[in-house]
Amino acid sequence: MLSGVGAEVLALALLAGVLLFAMLQPRGLPEAAVAVPAAAIIVVFGVVSPTEALRQIQTLGPTVGFLAAILVLAYLADVAGMFTWLGGSLGKLSAGQPVRLLGLVFAAAAVITAVLSLDATVVLLTPVVFRTAVGLGLRAKPHVYACTHLANSASTLLPVSNLTNLLAFSATGLSFLQFAAFMGLPWLAVIAVEYVVFRWFFRDDLRPAPVAARTDGRQQEAEQDEERAPIPAPPVFVFVVLGATLLGFGASGLVGIEPVWVAVAGAGALAVRSLTRGEITVPGLVREASPLFCLFVFALGIVVAGVTGHGMGRALGAMLPTEPTFAGLLGVALIAAVLANVVNNLPATLVMLGVLGLDPHPGLVLAMLIGVNVGPNLTYVGSLATLLWRRVLASREAAPTLTEFLRLGALTVPIGLLAGVIALWFGLTLGGGLQ
Amino acid sequence: MTARVVAWLSEGTWHAVVDGVATALEAMNSSPEVVLLYVLDSQVGEAVHGAFGGLLGRGMRERDPGTAVTDAGRVAASELLEAARRRLGASAELVVRAGRIEREVVAACAGADLLVCARDGDRSRLGPHSLGHQTRFVVDHAPCAVLLIWPDAVPGLGSIPPHPEDRPGAH
Repeated sequence: MLSGVGAEVLALALLAGVLLFAMLQPRGLPEAAVAVPAAAIIVVFGVVSPTEALRQIQTLGPTVGFLAAILVLAYLADVAGMFTWLGGSLGKLSAGQPVRLLGLVFAAAAVITAVLSLDATVVLLTPVVFRTAVGLGLRAKPHVYACTHLANSASTLLPVSNLTNLLAFSATGLSFLQFAAFMGLPWLAVIAVEYVVFRWFFRDDLRPAPVAARTDGRQQEAEQDEERAPIPAPPVFVFVVLGATLLGFGASGLVGIEPVWVAVAGAGALAVRSLTRGEITVPGLVREASPLFCLFVFALGIVVAGVTGHGMGRALGAMLPTEPTFAGLLGVALIAAVLANVVNNLPATLVMLGVLGLDPHPGLVLAMLIGVNVGPNLTYVGSLATLLWRRVLASREAAPTLTEFLRLGALTVPIGLLAGVIALWFGLTLGGGLQ
Repeated sequence: MTARVVAWLSEGTWHAVVDGVATALEAMNSSPEVVLLYVLDSQVGEAVHGAFGGLLGRGMRERDPGTAVTDAGRVAASELLEAARRRLGASAELVVRAGRIEREVVAACAGADLLVCARDGDRSRLGPHSLGHQTRFVVDHAPCAVLLIWPDAVPGLGSIPPHPEDRPGAH
């Protein structure tokens, strides 16, 4: 049985190994391939007791189930043509105006991230937005960067928007609706900051196209319209199911159902329809639920418990503010943002939750979430470690350093964090501070 | 030796640049080689790769949207250049490069006699802001003559602010 410094060192070394492996993914091996053995070592060496490990798994269970259901929900919405329809609609509504397209992309990315999680925005929405911008003869960069930025910074609204939120949701002790109510204002504040900075930062790329290009574009469009399939009909069934799922989330707290079951029901409704239509297969559905990723989250949870359960947890805990005053909220958000940039926001959230203790003030947990969600835009790959690794790769593969993207993050993240925390503090004060 | 004209084309302004090339060809008595150049900004694909990389633990590299974005960018670049060649109505070499846009354009001008490109900044008035920052770099560093095109109506001379000494009330 290890304890004290020995346990701490072993847990930290294992965590570093797990994260390094997840970033490098040698030979395309799943991240769980190292995380699960690492968790086993943690338990075998007594860094985390079997009881504690079991408690971790029980706590993470509903979270991981929720995650799988949301991933499947986004996949099925894509199968039913929602993202194709969205791309066509964004193009049409923008009328070829870059500023108008940016506004629409902001709205789409913010809503998709909030409802279907950041994974949906990064994996499904971004390529669609790129094709839409290019199809309109516009520079794609501001619109693509808007997707990658909002996938992080607009992921604070709902517990389902980001895995970080799901992990922290039960620690807040709030209902789904209360969570959304407190995070609504910070969500809007951060998006507003992003929008203002984007409009200024990309002013050259967002100038209206010259008249010649516009008329030519219209001619081309008219020619292409004859060849190209028109925008598909809106996937009404998907909207009905997603709308009902959202309502179900809101009502879950009132009727005492775990929101995870609402997500499962929503995913189930779409899955049955797609299965009967032969659009998907059962193995495909299982693959999209990312069972190995879920396993990775369980294992990471145990390894992080090993890190926070000893001296380091207490040391970090001593640094963290304990009162939800404005300074306290800002302090927690900043520490969380820094930690998310050093490692990645997933382990950062687990560490922060471990350090905040068993019964933290919900305001502090929400401030932590603003930090781990908005913070990653500072380094475009979500952590300094990944960024450094990509630099090593870059010297071999000539991948560029994204100085422009980093400058953009340096502008939006500090202002976004501050605006988000001010909005949260305002909401908490207005809501009686949850005292 | 045949003269070499490079036309740097990008979204929105390429029509005017192609028309500028056509005008320049008419004015030249020889028939130069024409290169139609498009530079892909490799930062865009890399940013999307990065965003996917930030999703720790999701595995499934084949789903990396950065690859889809980079591929779609290449297809779109070739389509733009083909459309430009049709508009020019003359033979031209089509070149797609990738990297830092301004550096790639300057590099593509090695051995060229003339670069044709467009003003892509604030086009509502005459002045330095009518060049975006990449075009500014290209114009400042081009190793050849540069023909700068106004992609739409040229603002009037009245859009230049008066010299400080000529302002009413100035001494």
